[in-house]
Parts: sequence; C-alpha cells; structure tokens
Amino acid sequence: MSAAPPGPSRRALLGAGAAAAAGLMLAPGIRLVELAQARGAGEPVSGRVRWGLLIDANRCASGCTACVDACAQENGLDSTIELRQRPQWIRKVELKELRTGRTAAAPVMCQHCADPPCVDVCPTGASFKRADGIVLVDRHTCIGCRYCIMACPYKARSFVHEPLTQQKPEVPRGKGCVEGCTLCVHRIDRDRSPACVQACAESEHGAMLFGDLNDPSSEIAQRLRATASTALRADLGLDPGVRYLGV
Amino acid sequence: MWSIRAPLSPRRGSLVRRLLALGFVLPAAMLAAPSGADEAWRTPKPAIVIESKEHCVAPPEQIRREHPDMLRHQRNLTVRLGERGMKFSLNGCIACHADRQTGSVIGSDHAFCQGCHSYAAVHIDCFDCHQPSVRPNAPALATGAKP
Repeated sequence: MSAAPPGPSRRALLGAGAAAAAGLMLAPGIRLVELAQARGAGEPVSGRVRWGLLIDANRCASGCTACVDACAQENGLDSTIELRQRPQWIRKVELKELRTGRTAAAPVMCQHCADPPCVDVCPTGASFKRADGIVLVDRHTCIGCRYCIMACPYKARSFVHEPLTQQKPEVPRGKGCVEGCTLCVHRIDRDRSPACVQACAESEHGAMLFGDLNDPSSEIAQRLRATASTALRADLGLDPGVRYLGV
Repeated sequence: MWSIRAPLSPRRGSLVRRLLALGFVLPAAMLAAPSGADEAWRTPKPAIVIESKEHCVAPPEQIRREHPDMLRHQRNLTVRLGERGMKFSLNGCIACHADRQTGSVIGSDHAFCQGCHSYAAVHIDCFDCHQPSVRPNAPALATGAKP
C-alpha cells in the first residue's frame, strides 16, 4: 500500500487521497498498522501523534463481543456486582434504521475527543488529555465526584463502586474513582495496538483500525482521507479520535 | 514529652535530636541490657527479609527516606506524560521485593511494604488501586489486606 505523498496544498492532498482510495477499495482488508516510532525509556509522548480508531460498522458482526471480552480480559474488568453498577469501558451498540430496517452494530467507548467535556468539568484536573490525544483519568487526583460521567455525551465513563483486589499490575484501578477506556495506553506505550483492535482482527471481522491520525501515511489516515466517516454526535464539535463507517 | 515549635537550624536541630536520642536510648538500653537490644523498644522493629540480593535502584538509606517522593514524582511523569521504563517504579519495587512465599509486598508484617509501614503507622494508599502481588491471578495472594 503506497502512502499518499504529502502535497503542497490541501487540494493536492485530497486528490492524492482520492487516488489512493481506488486501491483501498479493491482490497479493503484491515490490518494492524505498523505503529509509529518506538520511544525510549523516560521519553514523554509526542504531541505530533494523535491516536485514533476507525470502526467499520459494516464489518462489525451483530452479537460478536470479541472487543468487549478482550477489553475486560486486558484491563481486569471482572466485576460481579449488580449489572448497572459494573464499570463499562466498551459496549456493543445495535443500530436500526427505522425507515429501511437496515441494522448495524458497532462498539462504543471513550471517543478520545480533541475537546473533551470531561476535562472541562473536572474540578481537580484528574481528567486530562495526554499529548498524543488519549483522554485519561489520573486516579491519584480523582475524587470520584462523577462530573465527567454527567458531562460525557457518549456515556463512556464509569464509577468503581466496589473494592478491587484483582487488578492487573499495568492497569491500576480502585474503588471511588471514575474510569473509562484508556485506549490501552499501557499497550500503546509498548508499541502494541489496543486489545479490542487485536481481538477484532483475530475474530476475522477486522472492523477496527487503530493508528496515528496525524501521520498522513498511516493506514487509518489514508482510509479517513479516502472514505466518508462519521463522528458520533458530530453536532457537538468535540472532534473525537474515534470515527465510524456505516452508522 | 515536649514538642519543638520554632523551626531550628539543621545543625541545632540535629544536636537537639542527638541529645534527645541519648536521653531516651541510654536509660532504656541500661534497663534492657540483659535481655537484648530489640526489647528496648515497645514496638518490635520490622523484621523484613529482602531476598533479592541484587543492587537496588538507589542506596537503602536514600530509598527509606525518599521513596514516597520518588514514586510520587514518577507516577506523575508516567500517567501525565507517558514516560515508561524509568528507574523508579512501583511495579519495579514489587517485582524485586515481593515475598517469595506469598508473592506480595503486603499481607503480613514480614512483607516488604507492610512491615515498615505498620511499624511507622503510615497507611499505604498505593494498594487501594495498585496490584501488590507479582502473581495477580492467584486469588489467595491478592487479598487486598492492608495494614
């Protein structure tokens, strides 16, 4: 797959993207992207990168929960508390277009907005956006006020209601804090893609694509350039890092 | 007992501390001399077994004094800036110092973290969220028991 050469103007870039689209449409297989350059020990994340997801609802199978299961496994979300109190980092949503009867399914998680409302409302600064666009909760600072839960239009944040003892060493979590999808930040920092994306690829649906939105040669950027995609609640102008096809 | 309210210069402070220490330790040592040094203290000193013989990330004296700052500083760098693979890390402490039997740094007064913290009566908040065990999936280990 050839990268579109960075042109001198926006128009030239769009033209190159459209040209690349033909090749992409012939072979729409989604593969895990080669991640951006590895960072050394102690090197902070770069603001030049913006991680994002492209979710293709046309390929996402109704009833398949591979991404949800992988998320629970990776992050140690094994709560047995009452269902409505369980933390939920990612969920499958079934859609039906009333006029045509067309159905689609897609996972919804933290959309990693460029302008995240959860960060705006956080009274302690615990909710923050990392330089590479990942929206996180710093549990050291979170007081569990749950303003962010109310502010998030995607219902992406959860509150931990129960004491936990079986946390994963890489994913510390605890009672009294708000949490949400971290885009598997501990895996990204080790040059691996998020667990949901890997599970989706392994389930051969290949509906999720992860990559650097700012790198014009990344597969996700090429696909976004070539195909019309949707941001959930685009009317809010939050510029989410998670984009959808076919919803 | 009396407390010193006014800030003292380091030199004078250390002199006062030494005199105080002498005042406390000497009579206690004389009283308890026949039955061993440990019993001079009402609370027994922590008996921690450090099985890892490798060099730590810093001299033990420095770690004892400064490990809260080391970990607090590192946690901000890691969470906020995404710095990984640094010299100081809570998981690094646990990997080296977890009890070989229980696999945990808490759970008993011989455990690496809990031993000193219960002696010093300082609550460890870390393990409200962090996994204290090197084997997180063994249910018997991560009981979440805190000092």
